[in-house]
Amino acid sequence: MINRKYNGFLDVEILNLKFPNPLILAAGILGLTAPLLKRVVYSGAGGVVTKSIGLKSREGYPNPTIVDLGYGLVNSMGLPNPGLKMFIEELEELKGLKVPLILSIYAFSEEELMTMGKIISKLKAVSAVELNVSCPHVGGISEIGKSPELVKSYVKTLKDNLSNKPIIVKLTPNVSDITSIAMAAVNGGADALTAINTVKSMVIDIETGKPLLAGVFGGLSGPAIKPIALRCVYEITETLDVPVFGCGGVETARDVIEFIMAGAVAVQIGSAIARRGLRVFREISIELKRFLELKGFKSLEEVRGLAHRR
Amino acid sequence: MKNVRRPVEVEAVVEENFKIKTFLFKDKLCFKARPGQFLMVWIVGVDEIPLSISRIGDLCSVTVAKVGEATEAMHRLKVGDRFYIRGPYGNGFREGGGYVAIVAGGIGLAALLPLVERLNASNCKIDVFIGFRSKSDAFWVDKLTGFINGKLTISTDDGSLGVKGLISEVFRGYVKNFKPRYDMIYTCGPPAMIRQVFQDCKKMNYKVQASLEAYMRCGIGICGSCCLGPYRVCSDGPVFSNNQLTKMSELGIYKRGPDGLKIPI
Ligand SMILES: Cc1cc2nc3c(=O)[nH]c(=O)nc-3n(C[C@H](O)[C@H](O)[C@H](O)COP(=O)(O)OP(=O)(O)OC[C@H]3O[C@@H](n4cnc5c(N)ncnc54)[C@H](O)[C@@H]3O)c2cc1C
Ligand SMILES: Cc1cc2nc3c(=O)[nH]c(=O)nc-3n(C[C@H](O)[C@H](O)[C@H](O)COP(=O)(O)O)c2cc1C
Ligand code: FES
Repeated sequence: MINRKYNGFLDVEILNLKFPNPLILAAGILGLTAPLLKRVVYSGAGGVVTKSIGLKSREGYPNPTIVDLGYGLVNSMGLPNPGLKMFIEELEELKGLKVPLILSIYAFSEEELMTMGKIISKLKAVSAVELNVSCPHVGGISEIGKSPELVKSYVKTLKDNLSNKPIIVKLTPNVSDITSIAMAAVNGGADALTAINTVKSMVIDIETGKPLLAGVFGGLSGPAIKPIALRCVYEITETLDVPVFGCGGVETARDVIEFIMAGAVAVQIGSAIARRGLRVFREISIELKRFLELKGFKSLEEVRGLAHRR
Repeated sequence: MKNVRRPVEVEAVVEENFKIKTFLFKDKLCFKARPGQFLMVWIVGVDEIPLSISRIGDLCSVTVAKVGEATEAMHRLKVGDRFYIRGPYGNGFREGGGYVAIVAGGIGLAALLPLVERLNASNCKIDVFIGFRSKSDAFWVDKLTGFINGKLTISTDDGSLGVKGLISEVFRGYVKNFKPRYDMIYTCGPPAMIRQVFQDCKKMNYKVQASLEAYMRCGIGICGSCCLGPYRVCSDGPVFSNNQLTKMSELGIYKRGPDGLKIPI
């Protein structure tokens, strides 16, 4: 059990939102319904990000949609979601959640984004919006995240149509220079960034000689991408003074510390739930606290960005 | 590793009735499966779907009702053909002793047969209540008769076999005036049936283990497709007990489609 003191030890304030610990549920992991999101919060998450929601519903790709490689997962879910209007039902149920609720959204056009921004402005349950411009297996979305011009323009459109809610932009690692994309997002009005979404990849079934995933391409997540994600967080925070949520391969407290040392304010956790279950949040909290005590750190803030020292 | 898709070869095909076939295969991990666990079965080029393990042993099996594209493709498989599996997944049934009742609807029997076999081997007394739409939908009646030492009650919607009526109602009528109490009620079948059985059992303070269904993608508890109440059917279930069932207000009322939209049942 997490006691009071220990909670205070790990809490972080980002964008004027209070996270009781820096372990946030990543987008697209279990985030489709209110009861499941609540359960993740009861399991000890410091915040939750919903599944990425679009203006209209999407069925996603047919199965198989996931491959477990042992060192990571490749998924091509294809952004299945019930659409914003229907998802509002779930969000209504989430009012009064004890931790920040971040609504992940995507849009195929700026018109869609405009409409969504206006609707979301009215949703009390939503603490912040994470704009997904980085899903590698859905055509029309991954392209946005690779172009600094499009990223800036999309973020600005959302900013102009969203009142009173901070905007987080979730970046793709599938670019040659992530800092330029990060900069474009900030110039468009992003208040924070999440790095990274999955790494574009594929799996071949050698029995049939065909791509295994029904959607052909997928996104690699889990331990395999942690070094990539760390590098991205480090590069971004080296040049920009913007809160960055580290995401990719976090499975243990050591991983969290690495991300915070690289400059992240908090981390998001996804694939680790497949291996460690929902206990992962509480367990990492305990491990984190032990690490800080052992090393004599009084807060996570003291650890943040240590890797940038020269 | 159980998450890796592995090919298995069809060793035999049993035609159970006009729309249900059983496919037997060998697999080391399934050999160690618990009754009530399931596999993600991939029919290459078609789909990957969850199917209960309907026999556990040197030969294992899945028993498949033809309802759509993937199950139709499955039905075309012949001896020597291959399909892929990953798993076993899920918790499976908890086996207790004493006097138990099995309440099954149609293909739901597939998840329950290995359990009946185990309970029988451990000298449980077992009563079975099984409902089919009609006589032509019935299967495994002889098998069950061989396995159980208690009472076998069959019902059909049209009365063409056994008692006429829904098995949940037949069961309620029976258990209401039943003197020795059951130590456990195991159930699997259509969600509306399970809802009814659970509500009746709850009123009578009976312990229930129900195996449930939901749309599945990952099977490993991260995508959220298979949620029912606060639970993931793939990894918190598929077998749930009283406390958990109470928290699933939507059970038998609506299910979620691939897009997460609610579909009335
Ligand atoms: C844990 C579990 C165990 C099951 N065990 C058996 C079994 O032993 N024998 C058996 O015949 N059936 C079983 N089913 C149901 C079986 O998975 C569906 O009948 C099958 O997926 C239908 O696929 P289709 O393409 O033939 O039909 P479709 O036309 O695609 O669909 C028919 C219905 O099947 C369901 N379905 C389709 N795809 C999926 C999916 N990926 N996950 C879950 N449901 C789906 C949907 O409710 C749909 O309405 C089980 C389901 C679950 C969740
Ligand atoms: C099954 C699955 C579904 C995902 N869905 C989304 C999504 O809808 N939106 C999004 O921005 N990221 C999505 N992601 C990416 C994760 O949020 C995260 O960026 C990535 O998995 C890396 O973190 P991890 O290694 O902790 O999983 C998904 C990842 C997985 C494995
Ligand atoms: S099928 Fe993905 S969580 Fe159950």
